[in-house]
Amino acid sequence: MKNRVGIVGVGQTHHKSRNTDCKGQELIGIAVKRALESAELTMADIDSIVIGNMDHFESINYVDMWSVDGSGGYMKPIMKVTTGGTTGSAVGHAGFYHAASGLFDTVLAIGWEQNSESDTTAAISTCFDPIVEREFCGGAIGPLAAQYTAYMSKYGATEEDAALVSVRDHNNAAQCNPYAHLRQAITVEEVMKSPYISYPMKLLDMCPRSDGACAVIFAVEDKARRITERPAWILGVGDCHILVQVADGIGLANLPSLERAAGEAYKMAGITDPYRQFDVAELYVPASTAGVTWMEALGLCEEGGGPRLIRSGMTNMDGELPINPSGGVLATNPIGATGLIRIGEAALQVMGKAEKKQVEGAKVVVATGFGGCFWSDVTVISASPQLD
Amino acid sequence: MAVSSEELGNTGTLKYPSRIKLPYTWHAGKAGSRFYREIKDHRKIWGTKCHRCGWVYVPPRETCPRCFLDIDEWVKVGDAGTLLTYTITRYSVPGIQPLEPPYALGIIKLDGASSGLVHLLGEIEPEDIRVGMRVQAVFREAREGNYLDIKYFRPLRS
Amino acid sequence: MDKVAIIGVAQTKYQRYNPASHAEMAYEVTCKALEDAELTIDDIDNTITVCNDFWDGRTISCMTITEATGSHKVPTTNVEGDGTYGALMGIMRLLSGLHDITLVVAQSKVSEGIPAVITNAMFDPVYERILGLDAINSSALQMRSYMHKYGITEGQCANVSVKNHKNAKANPYAHMPLDITADDVLKSRLLADPIKLLDASPVSDGACAIIMAGEAVARKRCSNPVWIRGVGHCADAYHLGDRDLADVDALISAAGRAYGMAGIQDPVKEIDVAEVYDAFSYMELMWMEGLGFCGRGEGGDMIDSGTTQMDGALPVNPSGGVLSAHPVQVAGLARIAETVLQLRGEAGARQVKGAKVALAHGIEGACGQGHCVFILGR
Repeated sequence: MKNRVGIVGVGQTHHKSRNTDCKGQELIGIAVKRALESAELTMADIDSIVIGNMDHFESINYVDMWSVDGSGGYMKPIMKVTTGGTTGSAVGHAGFYHAASGLFDTVLAIGWEQNSESDTTAAISTCFDPIVEREFCGGAIGPLAAQYTAYMSKYGATEEDAALVSVRDHNNAAQCNPYAHLRQAITVEEVMKSPYISYPMKLLDMCPRSDGACAVIFAVEDKARRITERPAWILGVGDCHILVQVADGIGLANLPSLERAAGEAYKMAGITDPYRQFDVAELYVPASTAGVTWMEALGLCEEGGGPRLIRSGMTNMDGELPINPSGGVLATNPIGATGLIRIGEAALQVMGKAEKKQVEGAKVVVATGFGGCFWSDVTVISASPQLD
Repeated sequence: MAVSSEELGNTGTLKYPSRIKLPYTWHAGKAGSRFYREIKDHRKIWGTKCHRCGWVYVPPRETCPRCFLDIDEWVKVGDAGTLLTYTITRYSVPGIQPLEPPYALGIIKLDGASSGLVHLLGEIEPEDIRVGMRVQAVFREAREGNYLDIKYFRPLRS
Repeated sequence: MDKVAIIGVAQTKYQRYNPASHAEMAYEVTCKALEDAELTIDDIDNTITVCNDFWDGRTISCMTITEATGSHKVPTTNVEGDGTYGALMGIMRLLSGLHDITLVVAQSKVSEGIPAVITNAMFDPVYERILGLDAINSSALQMRSYMHKYGITEGQCANVSVKNHKNAKANPYAHMPLDITADDVLKSRLLADPIKLLDASPVSDGACAIIMAGEAVARKRCSNPVWIRGVGHCADAYHLGDRDLADVDALISAAGRAYGMAGIQDPVKEIDVAEVYDAFSYMELMWMEGLGFCGRGEGGDMIDSGTTQMDGALPVNPSGGVLSAHPVQVAGLARIAETVLQLRGEAGARQVKGAKVALAHGIEGACGQGHCVFILGR
């Protein structure tokens, strides 16, 4: 890495099911202003901007240009990145590369979505190949459900294991995260009693769709050190887009893209024993079942070890490796922002600014992004510019 | 049994017509909502003014894009203004046009505003439109709280 | 800026309807760019795709070309904007030191959709969208504004179309090589006053790919690298009424950044050839002003002077420009590809002799709200 990059500010909106008060640019503006405030910067300090969302959720073409009133892009370098569900983390990585390139010292990365403006499932269905798949693939739920059926059959995982993930994330949101969309504590019994959406996934296993925005400010090393005493250093990044046809992914009991992206990020960062070396994880778990099946892809447990890990309680707030102190995606999902929120939350942890979500002594954190088509991004963030 | 592409034949490409039709409900936000309510209820056009650069935005914003500052000073602008530029749309595009072409569009700088407002021009022949002419908003009788509550701008009558 | 070079380029022939699918077009240019660079797909260690959900008619449009571009094998991302922005993202990947060879692929099949509906979606759904604004009538507002402010004539704009369509005759990739006169342009069908059919770019399908590498790899693997000497991008205000449409502030800023990096102080003297994004005839005149090729309001004089003709001091759009081929999203990357060919001396019949420094330009949004400028050199 030629130029070290740290995150110096994070801002997000209070995520809601329908943020009817805000026009899109205003929603973006709230997150941006909060990020600037958190870093004690003004828009004049920002050298460039990168923004992302998923077009068809708001039906606005060239969002980077449209966003100017709220993103601060007036007479500034600005561009748009969009990669589906991973957009938020892709935007985060793009922000990192803007700074790491040495071309821009201080970079504002914005992820946002105003899902209430459209029919989310209908919009997502347009991602499927219009000739081969679109007619029968039912949005994002079907493929994930099919994946868990395969995992349960192979490794003996249960629906209750998934329910534990849901309970963990929802309770974290309820207790620790005032920004989260869903803030209701739930029990395993309530999850098990919730109606099936697509077997074996039930309503309380699913993420919501939310309106919200998140802004993260990246800076090159010497700038970052001048802006804040505790930048959140980016030690490693990995992106992986393996699959193209959704049907290719059904039957996979794991997430190869996550495994590969983690491999890249871990190598860059020097992570060799993820479970021990990470203090916290902010993981893009779009359905509770993924919170069981994907742990091994991150090297957090042995193959088929998801149920053991979840049942052990080690991933709860008082455990060895708290996962999703923010409540994760199950509590908040403004799609274009979601991946960036994971990066932002991870940064807040190592900066010691996570408030009620703070895990004591958090020094090294992993953040992931997930999206169509079973794609993954991984980011390793640390309180020190190098792994100790 | 494998065959070569030539043996299989049946070349030639197919096309599948389709349309993406998704429902949307856009939020106007606080500034936009007030802008439209004032037009609907009172036939008055308001903008917001930035206390730093003095720019008066129509439609109004809560943040000045130039200064990136929160602004909250509401300024009533005239419903008459000067035509900055115009065009006549002469092609038809189903589904997106408010009128049958040919129809005229212009950017009008309302008296008191710094921003121009893009809108329709009416009650004028295309060949009579001039940059710099004075125009005035014509409000619809039945208004709904949207952009076309202003029906169009017509030449200002003295 | 550390040195980054373009070591491979490829374009499809641009045409109204390309029967190939998005993936097939992307595959074609990926393979050809690799061949041009004398590399294999295994040499590529990261990719940038340039796909737009509206133009491609699907959410997560980059999915269509993931495999065709080898993006399933390496770190990848998708820039949704003009190809010049995709190239810029590719440069950032290289400059970070984390990647060695980047492939950037842009594609679009404009013939698949209804361009006016797609460009109508650029406009704010709460405000102006309902007026039926699209790329053509919004640009007409700009053309009128520009002509009025500086006394530019429709005839001068027509001369851009004449020049570029004629230049396209020497470009085997171009969609619309034409022998036309200014009179032909002035008599062509009015689309939205004052834009006439021959003032406007065509509907084109196509794809373009470039391969870039950092200095060490470029020197080792490539016998004729073309160096990126400077790059800049910038966006103006969004609402058309928030801008003086006759102004080119964002372009001046983007060009300033690129010139600063490249050490260029007198563009007309120091640049040998330019490929600019002339989606409409008048735009070439405006962009020349923003790039400092002439003073404000002097775009008309510039075209009349002959400076930008093939035999002039600074030929602009020897490829025929966007007026001769407009695959949206691709066209800016194609400007870069064309300048690479110029600097390598491989531009065939459209070669500008002795070209050593070139400028490539792309735009974004309505009426050139955003601009991205590249300076390249041998």
